[in-house]
Amino acid sequence: MPRVNYEAPTSVDDAVKILAGASGLAKVLSGGTDLLVQLRSGRLKPDLIVDTKRIPGLIGIREEGGFFVIGAATPGVMLSGNAKLEHAWPGVVEGADLIGSTQIQGRCSLAGNLCNASPAADSVPAVIAARATVVIAGPSGRREVPAESIPTGPGRTSLGKGEFIIEFKIPKPKPHQCDSYLRFIPRTEMDIAVVGCGTNVTLDANGVCIDARVVLGAIAPTIVVVEAAAKALIGHKLDEPTLAALDAAAQAACKPINDKRGTIEYRTKVAGVLARRTAAIAFERAAAR
Amino acid sequence: MSKHHVTTTINGEPTEYLCEAQQSMLDVLRDELGLTGSKEGCSSGDCGACTVICDGDIVCSCLMLGVEAEGRSITTIEGVAQGDKLHPVQQKFLEHAALQCGFCTPGFIVAAKALLDQNPNPTEEEARYWLAGNLCRCTGYDKILRAVMDAAEVMRAEAAQ
Repeated sequence: MPRVNYEAPTSVDDAVKILAGASGLAKVLSGGTDLLVQLRSGRLKPDLIVDTKRIPGLIGIREEGGFFVIGAATPGVMLSGNAKLEHAWPGVVEGADLIGSTQIQGRCSLAGNLCNASPAADSVPAVIAARATVVIAGPSGRREVPAESIPTGPGRTSLGKGEFIIEFKIPKPKPHQCDSYLRFIPRTEMDIAVVGCGTNVTLDANGVCIDARVVLGAIAPTIVVVEAAAKALIGHKLDEPTLAALDAAAQAACKPINDKRGTIEYRTKVAGVLARRTAAIAFERAAAR
Repeated sequence: MSKHHVTTTINGEPTEYLCEAQQSMLDVLRDELGLTGSKEGCSSGDCGACTVICDGDIVCSCLMLGVEAEGRSITTIEGVAQGDKLHPVQQKFLEHAALQCGFCTPGFIVAAKALLDQNPNPTEEEARYWLAGNLCRCTGYDKILRAVMDAAEVMRAEAAQ
C-alpha cells in the first residue's frame, strides 16, 4: 500500500483537531473493511489515517434516555451479540449482520457503512427506517442529524472537513413497533445487495398500522425513504390490497441502474417483493412485542 | 516518515515490532515476524486466507493495519497447535483429507477453531455460514465441512470427560 501517516487519538477533541488540521486528505479508520481495500486499489490516496477506535465511547452499545447509543466504530459482531438491541430492532441487527463474512463482521462498523456511502450498503436502510440520528463532532462542535442526511451520492457524504460521526442514536421502539431488513443477492452470502429493503412499522392493539417507514437500498444513487409506501401501510392491516399498494409504491420509487447484478426491470420488481416480505415480517414481529 | 513501535501479544507471547503505518497486519506477520502461516490470497478481505483471531474475533489480517495490534491479542495459525499436539480441527483436516494445495487451510483452521470456541455445537448450516469468508479453490468444501463437524464432536466429547 502507498505510504500514509497514522494517528490514533484518544479523545474526540484530539481527533477533530487532527482531522481539521490535516493538510492533505485525511480519512477516518473504523474497521477498515472499505478503507483498506480502497487504499490498496489506489481508489483513495489519503495522506493521513485517523483511527477512532481508541476514543472512549466509539466502540460500545449503551442505553441512554430512551435511546440505544451505538459507538460509531462498534464492530458488527458486537451488534449481533447484543440481545437487547437484537430484540428491539432485529432489522437493524440483521442488516448489519449481512455485511461481508464473519471476518468482516469482526471489524465493520455502522459509521463506515454509512459514510462509505455505497447505495447498496446493507446496514443503512434499516438504520434509517428506525429513524436513527448520528452525532457528529467537528470544528464547530457537535451536531446531531438524521442518518439519511449523511449519504449524498455514491461515495459522497455531507460531512465537512474535520467532521466525523461519533455515535448513532436509535430510539427505543414503542409497544408494537418492530422492523425487518431483507436483501436480494444472487449467491447465499458474501455479495452486494441487488436490492435492500428496511421496513419499520408500529401497530395499534388491533394490528392496524399507525406508523411506518420503508427504506429501499441499491435502487438509486442513495437510499430512498419511500413516503408513499409508508402511506400505503398506515391505517391498514396487512391485507392483499395493502400489500399491492405497498408493492406499487416501492416499485415507483426505484431509479436503479442496469449492471451485472441486475437490470432496471429486475431490481424494480424485486424492490416490490422485498417491500412485501419485510412488511410481513415487521408486522408479525411488531404484533408480538 | 518514522516507524511505529507496536507492543502486542501474538500467540500468547508478548511481541514488539516496528512497522510503517501502511503495512497491514498480514504484512507484519509475514515480513517482520516470520509468521508465514497466514497467507495473502486476495488482499481485499474476500478469501479469508489471512484469517487471524484478534481479541477473540476472527478478522482478515489484510484489512487491519499492523499498528492497530497495539495492546491487542492476536492468534495466528502458528498458535493453534499446542507444541506438537495438533488441535482437533487440524487432526480432522488430515483424517478427512480436507486440503489439497493447502493455501486456504491456515485461514480455514483459524476460522473453524474460533467457531468451535464460540459455539461448540454448530449445525452444518451454521458452520457453512460462519466459514463463508474462507474460499477454497481445490476441495469443493465438502471434506472441510466434514472435518469441522467431526472436530466439533470430538471436542464436545473431550469437554464432557
